[in-house]
Amino acid sequence: MEHYHMNLNLKVWRQKNCKTKGEFKLYRVENISSEMSFLEMFDVLNEQLIRDGDDPITFDHDCREGICGACSMYINGKPHGPWQANTTCQLHMRAFKDGDTVVVEPWRADAFPVIKDLMVDRSAFDRIIQAGGYISVNTGNAVDGNALPIPKDDADASFAAAMCIGCGACVAACKNSSAMLFLSAKVSHLALLPQGNPERKSRVMNMVAQMDKEGFGACTNTGACEATCPKEISLTNIARLNKEYLFAGLTAE
Amino acid sequence: MTWKQVFTSSVGKKLVMAFTGIFLILFLIVHVGLNACIWAGDGGVMFTKGAHFMGANWVPRILEVGLFAGLFLHIIQGLMIEFANRSKRSVKYEIDYGNNGSKWYSRSMGLLGTLILLFLVLHLYHFWLPNRSNQGFLLGEEINLFEKMKLEFSALWVVIVYVLGCLSLGYHLAHGFQSAFRTLGVHNKRYNVMLSCIGYGFAIIVPLGFAMMPVSFYLGWVS
Repeated sequence: MEHYHMNLNLKVWRQKNCKTKGEFKLYRVENISSEMSFLEMFDVLNEQLIRDGDDPITFDHDCREGICGACSMYINGKPHGPWQANTTCQLHMRAFKDGDTVVVEPWRADAFPVIKDLMVDRSAFDRIIQAGGYISVNTGNAVDGNALPIPKDDADASFAAAMCIGCGACVAACKNSSAMLFLSAKVSHLALLPQGNPERKSRVMNMVAQMDKEGFGACTNTGACEATCPKEISLTNIARLNKEYLFAGLTAE
Repeated sequence: MTWKQVFTSSVGKKLVMAFTGIFLILFLIVHVGLNACIWAGDGGVMFTKGAHFMGANWVPRILEVGLFAGLFLHIIQGLMIEFANRSKRSVKYEIDYGNNGSKWYSRSMGLLGTLILLFLVLHLYHFWLPNRSNQGFLLGEEINLFEKMKLEFSALWVVIVYVLGCLSLGYHLAHGFQSAFRTLGVHNKRYNVMLSCIGYGFAIIVPLGFAMMPVSFYLGWVS
């Protein structure tokens, strides 16, 4: 692919903290390499801002390899930008042309309050996991890997659900700010395995209750989450969560 | 765990929407089937027999109470979910293509449902209310519904409103039918494909059947 340089106009959301009102600010970055990642372009901009004595833009990032789920920008109207099955850190500047204007916003959901600028507080996801996204095991010797037979299809479906990196793009894309794709991935990946079986009823009920408490919306099966998910978590998981919930709701004591 | 906890969570509320939705879908089959008797070509004799069975018999009349209960639950719960969902994002996006992967009608169930509700008010005012009030809301004398249809559907604006109401119903069903089964936990791919095919078929055939009724009267296709 041809290597080129570009100048861009950026319209970035700036907000001091969750209590103040934010606003868009315009920036210009020059001589950006098409081989840079989107976050590297932001690094360039921030260095520019620091040099000029301005406050650099705060944004979440960690591994920059597309696997940690830390980055979270809403770029030109789409979570993680224009590419399919991709995180912001793996979005490269070849996605843009010289002279483009790029609008960058934080995830917008009341359950994800803005900490500063483009960084939002996603600890609601942590609390949902704490409510039941685990299995309880006694410590002791590690069990032999093949002692517990698991059908290959189930293992694959479970692993596909476990691909969820908890970035929150599903919430950002959903018109209802619903966290159901995230929750269903976490419930499914345990429900599909024998290890998840003993706590399956309490898990789904507690995690749904925590999700509601955190202020996420209800799922209306529009499929926007599935289309935007960087890990392509399937909407099927939401139906599986519904089945788990219905079963638990009808049979739990 | 109480029943209240089960059915008042966000997932529980959707279960109520799915159960009542499927109940209303079943009602639509009965409604469109009975009303299709207008095309029997016998001047409404068969239709009147069907209408009489539904109106002057305790069993369908008791079921009618259940129908209204299901309908109210679906409407009120639906509106509450819609308003609650809308309140979850106080600051809107400047540019919003996040919904790219979803169909417009799946995002507009609240609006489509409200349009159907508005149509329903007119529809009940045209047929159900005069008939039941004539019966004293018990099992009294019914009005001639075939003649009433002829009368109401002679006005063009009524026909247009009914056709638009049926169009809203069609799009509402195009998402609602398959979404209801997903909400009830159907995640098997073979069933999902089958249910989405049946759902689209139902969403086209049933509203089309309803829409053709006022059109048929207006164009004089019903003898």
